[in-house]
Amino acid sequence: MVSTTEAPAGDIDPRITGTAGTESQWQLIRRRFSKHRLAVVSLWVLGMFAFVALFAGFISPNDPGDVKARYTFAPPQGINFIDRNDDGGWAIRPYVYGYDVEVNPASLSRSFVIAENKKIYLNFFVRSWDYKLFGLIPTDLHLIGPERSRDPFYILGADRLGRDMFSRLAYGTQISLSVGLVGVLMSLILGVIIGGAAGYFGGWFDAVTQRVIEFLRSLPTIPLWMGLAAAMPSGWSPLQVYFAITLILSLLGWTELARVVRGRFLALNGEDYVAAARYDGCSHGRVILRHMVPAFTSHIITAASLAVPGMILAETALSFLGLGLQAPVISWGVLLQEAQNIRTLATAPWLLAPGAAIVIAVLAMNFVGDGLRDAADPYAS
Amino acid sequence: MLTYIARRLVTMVFTLLALSVVVFVVIQLPPGDFVTSYIATLAASGESVDQEAINALRDRYKLDSPVLVQYASWLGELLRGNLGYSFEMQMPVGNIFADRIGISLAVELTAVVVMWAVSIPIGIYSAVNQYSVGDYLATIFGFLGLAVPNFLFALILMYVCYNWFGVTITGLFSPEYMNARWSVGRFLDFASHVWAPILVISSAGAAQLVRVLRANLLDELNKPYVLTARAKGLPRRTVIWRYPVRVAMNPLVSTIGWVLPTVISSSFVTAIVLNLPTLSPILLRALLSQDMYLAGALILFMGLLTLIGTLISDLLLAWIDPRIRLGMVGAN
Amino acid sequence: MTDDTVLQVRGLSVAFPGRRGDTTAISDVDFDLRLGQTTCFVGESGSGKSVTARAVLNIVEPAVIKSGAIHLVDVKAGQRVELSGLDPDGAEIRAVRGARIAMIFQEPMSSLSPVHTIGQQITEAILLHQNVDATEARARAIEALRAVQIADPEQAIDKYPFEYSGGMRQRAMIAMALGCEPDILIADEPTTALDVTTQAEILRLIRDLQASRNMAVMFITHDMGVVAEIADQVVVMLHGRVVETGPVDQIFHAPTHHYTQKLLKAALGLDAAPARQRDTTDDTVLLETRNLSLRFPSKGRIFRKGTGVQALDGVSIDLRRGEILGIVGESGSGKTTLARVLMGRFQPQSGEAAYHTRDGGTRDMTKKASFRDGLVYREMRMIFQDPYGSLNPRMTVEQIVGEPLLVNGLLKGGALRTRVGALLERVGLPASAMERYPHAFSGGQRQRIGIARAIALDPRIIIADEATSALDGSIRAQILDLLLDLRAELDLSILFIAHDIGVVRYFCDRVAVMHRGQVVETGTALQICDHPRQAYTQALIAAVPIPNPRKRHLTLT
Repeated sequence: MVSTTEAPAGDIDPRITGTAGTESQWQLIRRRFSKHRLAVVSLWVLGMFAFVALFAGFISPNDPGDVKARYTFAPPQGINFIDRNDDGGWAIRPYVYGYDVEVNPASLSRSFVIAENKKIYLNFFVRSWDYKLFGLIPTDLHLIGPERSRDPFYILGADRLGRDMFSRLAYGTQISLSVGLVGVLMSLILGVIIGGAAGYFGGWFDAVTQRVIEFLRSLPTIPLWMGLAAAMPSGWSPLQVYFAITLILSLLGWTELARVVRGRFLALNGEDYVAAARYDGCSHGRVILRHMVPAFTSHIITAASLAVPGMILAETALSFLGLGLQAPVISWGVLLQEAQNIRTLATAPWLLAPGAAIVIAVLAMNFVGDGLRDAADPYAS
Repeated sequence: MLTYIARRLVTMVFTLLALSVVVFVVIQLPPGDFVTSYIATLAASGESVDQEAINALRDRYKLDSPVLVQYASWLGELLRGNLGYSFEMQMPVGNIFADRIGISLAVELTAVVVMWAVSIPIGIYSAVNQYSVGDYLATIFGFLGLAVPNFLFALILMYVCYNWFGVTITGLFSPEYMNARWSVGRFLDFASHVWAPILVISSAGAAQLVRVLRANLLDELNKPYVLTARAKGLPRRTVIWRYPVRVAMNPLVSTIGWVLPTVISSSFVTAIVLNLPTLSPILLRALLSQDMYLAGALILFMGLLTLIGTLISDLLLAWIDPRIRLGMVGAN
Repeated sequence: MTDDTVLQVRGLSVAFPGRRGDTTAISDVDFDLRLGQTTCFVGESGSGKSVTARAVLNIVEPAVIKSGAIHLVDVKAGQRVELSGLDPDGAEIRAVRGARIAMIFQEPMSSLSPVHTIGQQITEAILLHQNVDATEARARAIEALRAVQIADPEQAIDKYPFEYSGGMRQRAMIAMALGCEPDILIADEPTTALDVTTQAEILRLIRDLQASRNMAVMFITHDMGVVAEIADQVVVMLHGRVVETGPVDQIFHAPTHHYTQKLLKAALGLDAAPARQRDTTDDTVLLETRNLSLRFPSKGRIFRKGTGVQALDGVSIDLRRGEILGIVGESGSGKTTLARVLMGRFQPQSGEAAYHTRDGGTRDMTKKASFRDGLVYREMRMIFQDPYGSLNPRMTVEQIVGEPLLVNGLLKGGALRTRVGALLERVGLPASAMERYPHAFSGGQRQRIGIARAIALDPRIIIADEATSALDGSIRAQILDLLLDLRAELDLSILFIAHDIGVVRYFCDRVAVMHRGQVVETGTALQICDHPRQAYTQALIAAVPIPNPRKRHLTLT
């Protein structure tokens, strides 16, 4: 009658193989995430974007604000790496081709043509224009640049004022990405506090929060954003405008994060192990921090990473319309403003380069977010 | 069911009121009131300022009274049908609306219909034939629609059409049909232009709907009632269409509610880029010139459209989901 | 093969194709089904019984039938059809499904479409297989509902599944299956999710329908009591293979395979010997409640009649020192609510509840404040039902078991680890288990971890809220025996909440029977189970299946 209370190995089911069971949540998440090859590749892509953003000055061969009237709408030079001599030999040495100027006899307009006879050699770690690394350290060291600093070097071409698209793109990455990050950070703070309180305490606070969130979600976002953006005093400095824009974006964006947090809290409140923690004698604080937070941290990260592209797209749209950031601040949206005119675009399609950056960045973030979402709950059956 | 409709209508009215407060706040944000900006506009164009007219306007809109009174009077004017006066365009806002609202609604509604017509079959095919080539393509389409902002798509489309086909796709009418009366010719001209904005606007929404439908349907396909249907001997296609698709439609219908604000927003920027004669370019100009009355009325109108859309989607959902109709809680 | 064999299965194997080779689900399964006979397939979860059933109709996706023959015999016409080789989407097998072989499933709520009426779902099968028009199909559907004893079928036919109760939904499913008068009815655990009284009704119904239509029934279950009550033949499955087959009397009274013997031993029926009786004469009352009442207000429109649910209605119970008190009831009886009130989760609206602490004091358990200083939680601990939900998957076993010790400031660091190790060994797990996470362990092992957590603070009372309901038979017996050992060693009192009468009879000293929030009857376990006095208790005991085919009582009307 009293059977052995030792847990027997039992009839081992021959169809199942053993599991280790020693991995923590984060190890499991990392393992599941790395199965999504697309997400892993996207993470590397985002890493590159981050590098560009941090080291924008170092990467840019030209000063993004430098107006060179001689080279308006100069086409992209690209970079060639294999240098062939006339006598058949070759070496690995980066270079670009220079420009010839053609004058259209009918309209007397000038245009540039790549001249294959003019080779401009490039060097790594050159010294050219001054900037501040991370906004703090003054230096003039750059990753790459022409041998003779007077030579034109436009990897992605020049805009209507002769400014280097590549350098502007690099600096634009800085602003656009940081707007997204800062905006999401603010939304996160709002969303976690409000959503968490609503989910944990329930009651009237939850009901009120629900109504507010429903209301905010039913608003057409862009018109409102535009309205708020237009309402900003024109005398503000670019930095103030920058923060105001991020604030506006996050004011409407926190609802999604709050919903996620609230949903998780509600689900967790019903879990037996949370009740067990309370019965163990844990205080409210310990129940939340030790037992509940680890359960939804990964979900929050997922929701946040899926919210960043929305912020970036919103800032881009606003700036594109002229309501958000404006020159001399450089963001992807501001850069795209130059591409509004169809005739300009027809002659200088490289002005759409910021568009490519947007698409790639947003895609990468979405893939990473999707990968995180699949990996976020490694315990879901 | 009727009580449900009544409750929703009441909620809608409240939401609209709340929105009007928000809009009013937005209107008031720029320094000075609209009269000062009117004066500034006049002065900039060198015209003289009629002090009497200014005073009359100040009086009418009670601009020297406390904020609450101003709000009340503005609201009152709105309800009486007076949407305000656009200083930039020198005409009552109501006229501007009347001019453009027809086209606006036509374009947006068509976009929504196209969106649905495209996304449902693709979503279903994609879920049922998971991991097939078609599913793969649909997923790519979904992601592209997500990542490429509407205005960028519009720009690229403009560029491609112009460079490769020599066609400009801006505007909705050729010059000769711009202000003409409606006729078969005008309609054909309209159709030949409207495909571009419809394509752009519906693509983002369609991508979103495909993803939602695919995810929901994948969830439902593994549910037990699908197995029951198969055990009855139904052919595969009937099983899929009659059961999981039917159930997966429910959350899809409820997403109309928040797809509408997205459509209005995205059609917004597209309309500006493609220079469509809808309300959106007007709003932009109003905002840039701080013509806040016009801007406020437009934003309020768009909010109203969104709310109506949400109401319709909620009603549709109640109609097709017996669980909501008969009052079972937790049916979603 | 005898004259009334209607299905013959030989060498059936099903496997799940995978990137690194197939995973076998079942292999080499043989059995026959005969008209007028019920064949029960029994085994613990994961044994392959459901896969076998679905393989007959070839609806095993994403798995595939790897080999074997399934012959369906048309007894009247004398023809045979081989089913396993047919195209799973083809017209031939679809003509069989629903028409000649029908299937009902475990959870009627999720097995019926939520957005179609019952009538639509029944007539669909009829219209598909029989040559009738819509009006006639509807008439037949109403008849089918009448045959399964659903009241007022003309009205019921137009209702949606969520408007039915659980038992009625299962009847509707049966009606749907029988609409086309099949020869074979496959029932995949149809009563597992039902209350015991409802289960008895459904079993009776199936038996009656089988007799009147001379059907063959293939009945899948894990409950040996149900097998004893309704089976003619029994097929025992383990890990995807058939380990024993035979007539029901032989299986129960002369089993040959050791697994069958194990299953029988673990089946705690009402005729099994109970555990040792409590032999102390200590009558100290630790916990007592008088007239506890709690009403939950209605949320929105769930409850259309009245304004809420009376979860507890004048509940009075005592828990004495060293005793095991069972609280037994069906779903909705209030037993879980009682546990929650005792742990301070809810406060009753009226009544008294007192707990006498170790140091002689008394706590008023109807006040939330009584729990605040944590003393009650140190002396009264809980074990939960769901082994998968009661352990935080993100904490190691050491952290889980050590949490109560840590939070109450009793131990930390190395001393904590030593104590956790000792606790784990006490419940039958190796001390090294503490480094692992819960997902490394089976259901039974997780319950042991939960028990270790409960006894960590050396409590006086353990409330076990359906602690063994989610476990399979043999594991359940082990856990119960473990609790009995601990009770003796640690001088525990246990409040054991359950719905399984057989378990309660084996395990508990005294029992309180609850129904709709009220305590209907209290007494010793033997007295309640063998000589119930109240009408409800009698009905409850009468509905419990006895795992002894010679003592059938359910389906004899």
